[in-house]
Amino acid sequence: MAAQTETVASPKEPAAPISVWIGPVIAAWMIPGGGHFLQKRTGRGALIFASVTLMFLFGMFMRGMMFTPEKGDILTTLINYGGFVCDIANGVLYFAASMFGYNAPDLPGAVHDYGTKFLVTAGLLNILAMVDSFEIATGKKD
Amino acid sequence: MPKISLSHFEAAFLFALFTSVVMGITSKKTDKERLHYGAYCFGCFIFALFSIGWLMRLGHG
Repeated sequence: MAAQTETVASPKEPAAPISVWIGPVIAAWMIPGGGHFLQKRTGRGALIFASVTLMFLFGMFMRGMMFTPEKGDILTTLINYGGFVCDIANGVLYFAASMFGYNAPDLPGAVHDYGTKFLVTAGLLNILAMVDSFEIATGKKD
Repeated sequence: MPKISLSHFEAAFLFALFTSVVMGITSKKTDKERLHYGAYCFGCFIFALFSIGWLMRLGHG
């Protein structure tokens, strides 16, 4: 008879109350590095702010396209909605660019394509920063 | 608004730099680990950039 192994369920840690982390996470979304600034991690916040903002600006200067939520076949829907979420993750950078009328068309060419990727990646990096802010706020990380 | 036109190398280099900085900061717990991981990510990006670049160059003939 095969030996049976018993798994002991470890006690679950209680979830941190929303009031602890909602401020830093929203600050991190709106201003890249904002969550870190709010929690007195100024060095890391400044590096995140510089990296995400510069990446977003380079994306705009290369005339990268901003995604809009469009439906089509599954791949088109996935790309457009995914890209839109990533663009929005840039927070105030995205809203300011939209407010001031930034609307580059989807042109062929490597430079425009890099620009689009820079805009999307800046948003993805900001999502990483938001998760980091959450972990700092809940005490999982220093 | 200024318009810039970067080469493939310049764009990929900047991409690697910004991404490595944020990944280094958000992935590890101590400053030393962050620095090492950021440098490691940057090295991997640059290695991939040159390797895939040469692969495409050789494959293209």
